[in-house]
Amino acid sequence: MRTHADLIRFSLPGLLAGFRNCLPVALGVAVYGILFGLLARQKGLTLVETQSMSLFVFAGASQLIALDLWSTNLSSGLPVLSLILTTLIVNLRHVLMGAALSPWLTRLTSGQAFGSLFFMTDESWALTLGRMIEDKRLAREPDGAFLLGSGLCVYAFWNLSTALGHTLVRGLDDPAKYGLDFAFTAVFTALLVGLKPRRQDILPLIVATATALACARLLPGKWYILAGAVAGGLAAALGPAPVSPSASAPAPGSTPRQP
Amino acid sequence: MSTPDASFLTSALPSLLAIGGMALVTYLTRAAGLAVMSRLTVSGRLERFMKAIPGAILASIVAPSALAAGPAEALATLATALVAWRSSNLPLAMAAGVAVVLALRFALG
Repeated sequence: MRTHADLIRFSLPGLLAGFRNCLPVALGVAVYGILFGLLARQKGLTLVETQSMSLFVFAGASQLIALDLWSTNLSSGLPVLSLILTTLIVNLRHVLMGAALSPWLTRLTSGQAFGSLFFMTDESWALTLGRMIEDKRLAREPDGAFLLGSGLCVYAFWNLSTALGHTLVRGLDDPAKYGLDFAFTAVFTALLVGLKPRRQDILPLIVATATALACARLLPGKWYILAGAVAGGLAAALGPAPVSPSASAPAPGSTPRQP
Repeated sequence: MSTPDASFLTSALPSLLAIGGMALVTYLTRAAGLAVMSRLTVSGRLERFMKAIPGAILASIVAPSALAAGPAEALATLATALVAWRSSNLPLAMAAGVAVVLALRFALG
């Protein structure tokens, strides 16, 4: 049972702030939404199938990968189980993302938290995390509706663009021609800088980067994100404890290192 | 438009099952992190693991496209990081990264 004092705000201004902050990123998402809609039609998916996927699955990378597996071949049929299993694997990184937001999400009502999580994407997760850390630094009261607002922004742009791609757009240039493929790399780089890594964060970041680079070469799909994240986390957990623990009391068993 | 009959149901059923299943497992991945963490007391090594996760995820997302895609992407990532560090302005950093990668891809062929 949570007491009222533990809960943080969940307001309309917070939701709108999330929506607004996400707009530039959502425009980048829409380019890929049009591409998805277009490819889905070429693969033989109906508009209803395409839009159901965008409305209910709402996960860009796994939707694009699903198109690869989608076969309307009547003799073999649709590979239902491999579609579901592949989607699960591609989206496993969400588990760690949701866990990373849990210090704030546990201070919302269950309905607010688990409702907002339906709309969590890589982009809205990263923006929300940056916002919550900034709030902490500025000693500003966080607003739990930021995650929902930024998620709804991606949701709206993704769904409109996949419908547009399926119905209207007949051809699309390669987004790379306009450097748009790099927009996401730029956004996540800027958000990483915004985390303001400290000395004790350097080793986990190097381990995560090296693992992700190796796994991106060796493994298909999005495994490299999960692998890099877990490796970075393990490097932090198993490496030396930071000199000055930020927690008010050091955890049992963690002896502060001598200078 | 064909008239709705039994064959409509059998032909739509596989895609209905596939999309429904995909939606279910995707939501489970989104909800699982909070569901697990709200039942745990986080301290010691687990706390250090969790604190490193946000940076580790972001570094892992960008690593292949920033460091293994070529010199244009690597330099544009550096430019993005510098603009983000100096300005703390996300749209500006994003625009700078895209502009630099376009210019360098053109310049470096």
